[in-house]
Amino acid sequence: MSAVATGPAAGLPRWAVVGLLPVLNLLAAFAVSGLIVVLIGESPWDAVRILVWGAFGFEEAIGYTLFYATSFIFTGLAVAVAFHCGLFNIGGEGQAYIGGLGMALVCLHLDFLPFALIVPAAVIGAALFGAAWAFVPAWLQAHRGSHVVITTIMFNFIAASVMVYLLVNVMSRPGSMEPESRDFAPHARLPLMHDVLAAVGIDVAASPLNLSFLWALVCSAGVWLYIWHTRAGYRLRTAGASPPAARYGGISPPREIVVAMLVSGALAGCMSLNELMGVQHRLVLEFTAGFGFAGIAVALMGRGHPVGIILASVLFGALYQGGAELSFEVPRITRDMVVAIQGLVILFAGALEFMFVPVVRAVLARRSGG
Amino acid sequence: MRDREEPLETTREAGAPAVELRGIDKRFGAVHASRDVSLAVAPGTIHGIVGENGAGKSTLMSILYGFYRADRGDIRIAGRTVEIAGSEDAIAAGIGMVHQHFMLVDTFTVVENVILGAEGGSLLASGTARARGELERLAREYALEVPPDARVGDLPVGLQQRVEILKALYRGADILILDEPTGTLMPQEADHLFRILRRLRAQGKTVILITHKLREIMAATDRVSVMRGGRMVAHRDTAATTVAELAELMVGRRVLLQVEKGPARPGPELLAVERLSVRDERGASRVRDVSFNVRAGEIVGIAGVAGNGQGELLEALAGLHPAAGGRILLAGEPVSSGGPHRRRRGLAHVPEDRRRMGLVLPFEARESAILGYHDDVRYRRAGLLDWDAVSRDTEAKMISFDVRPADPRRITAAFSGGNQQKLVLAREIERDPLVLLVGQPTRGVDIGAIEFIHRRLVAMRDAGKAILLVSSELDEIMGLSDRILVMFGGVVAGELPADRATERALGLLMAGAGPGAGAANEARRAS
Amino acid sequence: MESLTLLVLVLDSTLRLSAPLVLAALAGLFSERSGIIDIGLEGKMRGAAFAAAAVAAVSGSPWAGLAAGIGTSVLLAMVHGYACITHRGDQVVSGLALNILVSGLTAVLGIAWFAQGGRTPQLPGEARFLPLEWPGAAALRDVPVLGALYGELLSGHNLIVYLAFLAVPAVAWVLYRTRFGLRLRAVGENPESADTAGVPVVGQRYRALLCTGVACGVAGTYLSLAQSAGFINDMTAGKGYIALAALIFGKWRPVPAMLACLLFGFLDAVAIRLQGADLPVIGEVPVQLVQALPYVLTVVLLAGFIGRAVPPRALGVPYVKEG
Repeated sequence: MSAVATGPAAGLPRWAVVGLLPVLNLLAAFAVSGLIVVLIGESPWDAVRILVWGAFGFEEAIGYTLFYATSFIFTGLAVAVAFHCGLFNIGGEGQAYIGGLGMALVCLHLDFLPFALIVPAAVIGAALFGAAWAFVPAWLQAHRGSHVVITTIMFNFIAASVMVYLLVNVMSRPGSMEPESRDFAPHARLPLMHDVLAAVGIDVAASPLNLSFLWALVCSAGVWLYIWHTRAGYRLRTAGASPPAARYGGISPPREIVVAMLVSGALAGCMSLNELMGVQHRLVLEFTAGFGFAGIAVALMGRGHPVGIILASVLFGALYQGGAELSFEVPRITRDMVVAIQGLVILFAGALEFMFVPVVRAVLARRSGG
Repeated sequence: MRDREEPLETTREAGAPAVELRGIDKRFGAVHASRDVSLAVAPGTIHGIVGENGAGKSTLMSILYGFYRADRGDIRIAGRTVEIAGSEDAIAAGIGMVHQHFMLVDTFTVVENVILGAEGGSLLASGTARARGELERLAREYALEVPPDARVGDLPVGLQQRVEILKALYRGADILILDEPTGTLMPQEADHLFRILRRLRAQGKTVILITHKLREIMAATDRVSVMRGGRMVAHRDTAATTVAELAELMVGRRVLLQVEKGPARPGPELLAVERLSVRDERGASRVRDVSFNVRAGEIVGIAGVAGNGQGELLEALAGLHPAAGGRILLAGEPVSSGGPHRRRRGLAHVPEDRRRMGLVLPFEARESAILGYHDDVRYRRAGLLDWDAVSRDTEAKMISFDVRPADPRRITAAFSGGNQQKLVLAREIERDPLVLLVGQPTRGVDIGAIEFIHRRLVAMRDAGKAILLVSSELDEIMGLSDRILVMFGGVVAGELPADRATERALGLLMAGAGPGAGAANEARRAS
Repeated sequence: MESLTLLVLVLDSTLRLSAPLVLAALAGLFSERSGIIDIGLEGKMRGAAFAAAAVAAVSGSPWAGLAAGIGTSVLLAMVHGYACITHRGDQVVSGLALNILVSGLTAVLGIAWFAQGGRTPQLPGEARFLPLEWPGAAALRDVPVLGALYGELLSGHNLIVYLAFLAVPAVAWVLYRTRFGLRLRAVGENPESADTAGVPVVGQRYRALLCTGVACGVAGTYLSLAQSAGFINDMTAGKGYIALAALIFGKWRPVPAMLACLLFGFLDAVAIRLQGADLPVIGEVPVQLVQALPYVLTVVLLAGFIGRAVPPRALGVPYVKEG
C-alpha cells in the first residue's frame, strides 16, 4: 500500500489523502452552509434539491454550469501555476480585469481582421494584458522581496480604479453615460457552443457556453504538460519547492518567479474571453465578479492538478448556476450564498485541509486493527 | 513540582540520583527512538552520554526536558517521581537545557532572553532589575560574563552559549543538560566551556553532557553512558574506560577511526584559486585574497570554525556567489561566473547543507537526482522530460551508492540523512567530474554511511581527481586530507601537510593565534 | 484664513478617516507580532460592522452594537486561530477564506433579516456613537487659530476616534513593557525558544488573536455606528487591506503604523475634497487616481525603495513542535 511519506497526513494511504480528505472537507463546508440556510429560516434539503436540479436538471442548466466552469478553470489554473512556484497569486481578479481590457482593445480596434485572425489576436491580447498586470508584483517579489500576496491585493484595487477611469472617461460608448464600451463587431465574438454543435447536426438547448470552454480544456492540458513534463516546469517547481536548491541547480528563482506569474496572469486574463467575448460582447465594469478570488478555492480543491481543477470548476459552476436557480425559487437565499459557500470551501479545503486527518487515521487504524 | 516552594534539600532522599530514568520507551510512528532506556546520574557530577547520530540521545533528553512525552517509563528527580509534560514542568523540577541550536530570540537583548518565561510579574520592570543583579552574581561565580544589554543576534557564538547557560541558572536549574555544546565553538571556547562546567560541578550542580565527540567525554566527564539504536548499552566510569572501548560500544563493532588510504600521488593542477575575494549580500567581506590550488589525485581540506569564510569560499568556487575579485582556473582555464557552466566543464559540488540546497525535499528521489543536470539530453525525449530514462538512471545511481531503499519515486524527505547524502554524492560523483567540491560530507550521517562516503572520496582521489573538502569535523579533515588549509577571518591563516597537522596546531590556527595571526586578525577587523 | 480653514477641515476628516485604520492596524499588529499573518482584517471589520449595525438596529443601543461587533470579530479571529494555530493551516488562505465568507454572509443575512438590499435599517442618533463636544469648544469657536484647532480639530469627534488614538501608546506600552508583550514578541520571532523557556506558544498566540479580534471589532463598529448610520454592503471597501499595508509600512511598530494610517487617511480626505475640483495648472484630477494612490504608495513602499520592512521572523510559519 503506498502511503504518504511526509507532512501532516504522513502515514495515511494515498487514496485517503487524495480522495477521502477533500470529500470530507467539502462535506464540512456544505454542512456549515446548510446551517446558514437554517439560520435564515429555510430548509437546507429543499435548497440542495433546487440547487442540484438547477445545475444539472435540464440541458440548458448544464450549459450554464459549464459556462461558469470555464471561467473557474482559467482562474483556477492561474492560481495553481503560481502555487507550483511557491507563490500565492491573489491578483487573479485584477489580472482577469486588465486581461479583459487587452481583449476588448483587440475586438474594438482590430475588427478589420477576419474572424480567423481576430480570435487568436483577442486571446493574445487577453493573455498579454493579464500577464502584464502580474508583471510588476512578480518583478517586485523576485528582485525586491515584496510579498506578492500584498502587492497583488493592491494591484486588484489599482486595476479597479484604472478600469473605472477608462470606462467612464475614455472608452465609454459614444453618447452614453453608461460605463461600458461599444459592442464588439459580430465577427469579433466567440461562437456559442449550441450554434457550433447545431452546425454539425447536434441539437442542444441554448446557453452562453461558448468556444472558450474548449480553449480552457486546451489550457488545462497545456498546464499539465508544462508543469510536470518540461524542463521549464521542472525549473518552476524547483524554484517553488526550494529556492536555495534551485540556485544550486543553476536555476534562477527570481526568473522563475517572474515566469510563473506571467503564465499565471495570462491564464487569468483568458477568463475575460468567456465572459466578454462569449457573452457580453462589450467591455463592462466588474465583469470579473469575484471569479478571480474563486480561482483560489478551485485550485485548492483541485490540489493544483488540472484534472482536479476541471472537476472543482464544474462543482463551482454548478454552485453558481444552481445558486441562481435557488435565489429565483427562494428569494431569501440570494446568490451571495454561493460566495459564502466559496469562503467555506477555501476554509475547509485550504486552511483546515488536514483537520480530519486524526479522525481518518483513527478509523483506518481501528479497521486494520480489528 | 506543585510543591516547588519547598527547598529541594528537604525532599531529597539521601544518596538518590539527581536524575533517574526508568524504562523510558518512545516511538515516532515506525521509528522506535527509545527502547526501555534507564539511566542514573549522581548529583554533583558531569555525566556524558555518547552515541552516534540517531542513537536516541537527543530524544531521551527531549523527553527529560518535556519536549516529547515518553510512551512508557518514569522520570525521577532527586528520588521523587515527577510528571514532565512540558518545558515548564522541567524548569520547575530544576532542569535546564542548552540546546544544540540555541533557543534564543536574536532580536532580544541578553536580559530579555534571560527573563523570557520567568518574568516574575506581569510588568517587566521589576523582573529586569532582578535579572541584572542575578547576572552580575552568576558572572562572578561562574566566569559567565556577558553584556546584559547587547542584542543577542550581535553576540559571537561562544557568548550566545553563555546566555543559554545563564537562562538555565537564572531559573534555578540544579541539573544542566548540554546537547552537543561544542559543535560551533573554537577549541579555546570549548576549553572555557569545560572550565565553566567544572565550576558548576564544584557548586553542586549536576551536568549532563551529550556529545558524539569521545575526546570531550574523556576530558570533561566523571561517568559516561553509551547509547546505540535507541538502547542504553553501557555505563562506565570515565577513568576506567578508553576511547577505543567507547567507540566500539557506540557502533557495536570495532571501527577504524583512521581512514585507510595510501600516499597521495599528486598530478597536474586542476583547480587554481588566485587572490579570490568574496563579499556577502550586505557587502561585508567574507573571503579576502585567498590563493591555493588542488592537484589531480589529492584531497585538500579546509579547516576552520564555522563562519570564517569557508562556506562562502566553497559557494564562490561553485559559482553560487559572485567573486568580488580574483580568478578561478579550472584545468588551467579561467571560469566565468554562473554555476551550470562550471558543472558542464567538470566541476561537481556537494553543498554543505544537503537538506536546504543539495536536494529538494518534497520532490521524488529521481527529481532530486537530476537537480543541476536537468538539461542533459539523456533525460529528454521529443523536447519533454523523459521520466522513464530519469528513473532508470536514478535507480542505477542509487544501487551503486547503496542508497536504501533504491526507489527512485520515493519522496526525498523520507530517506534517512545518510541515504540523502549518498544520493547527493551519487549525483555529483557519477558524472565523473575533474574537480569535486565537498562541504560537510558526513554531517548528520550515521557511522556506517560515513565509512562508505570516506571510501568513495578516497577512491575518487586515487582515480586522479581533485577534491576540495570543507568540514567542521577536525577528525574528518585530518583523516582524509593530504594537505590542510586553515581559514580564519576570511583569509587562509596557514597551511599544513596532513602528516604534520596536529589538533593543537590546527586549533591555534583556527583561533587566529597561528604564525599568520596578525594579518588575519587585521583582515577580520577590516571586514 | 480660508486656507487655514480648509487645512483644518482636511485634517479633521483625516482623523475621522484614519481612526478605523489605526484600530485595524493595531489589531493586525497583535496578530502579526505573534507570528500569524492576518489578511482577514477586512473580513473581521466587515463582520463587526454588520453585527454592530444589526444589533444596534434591533436593540437601539450602540453599546449592545459594540459588543456584538467585538463578539463577531473575536469569533472570526478564533476561527482563524483554530485553522492556523491548532491545525497549522496556511495563514493567507485562512484569512482570505474568512474575508470571502464574511462578504457573502453579511449580504445573505442582511437581505434575509432586513430585506433592504443588504443594508441594515437607518439608525437613529441614540443608537450611534455621536460626536462629543469638548468643554468650551463652542465658546472658543470664534477665536482665530485656537478656535479652529481646539473647536474643530480636537473637539467634536466620537468616542471611538479618541479611543483609537489613545490605544496607540497603550499598545506600545503593552508591547514593550509587559510580560504579555515580551512573550508576544518572542513567539512571533522564535516560537521554539519561547517554548523551551516555558512560554506556551499556542496559548500566547490565541491571546494575541483575541486582542486582534477586539480591536478589529471596535474598528468595524466605528464604520457602521459612528461614521455611518447603519451597515451598507461593501462599506469596508478595502480598509482592512489598507490597515495591513499601514502596519507593514510602519514596520510592525505601533507609532509608525499610526503615522502611516494618518497618511492614508489624509490621502482619502484629500481625494474627497478633490472630487470634481478644477485645480489651477493641473486641471481636473481624476478621482480614481487619488483613490488608487494609497495602493500605489503601498506598492512603492513594499518595493523597498524607501527603507526596508523586516517582518517578525516567524511570521506565517506554523509552529510545529519537532526537533
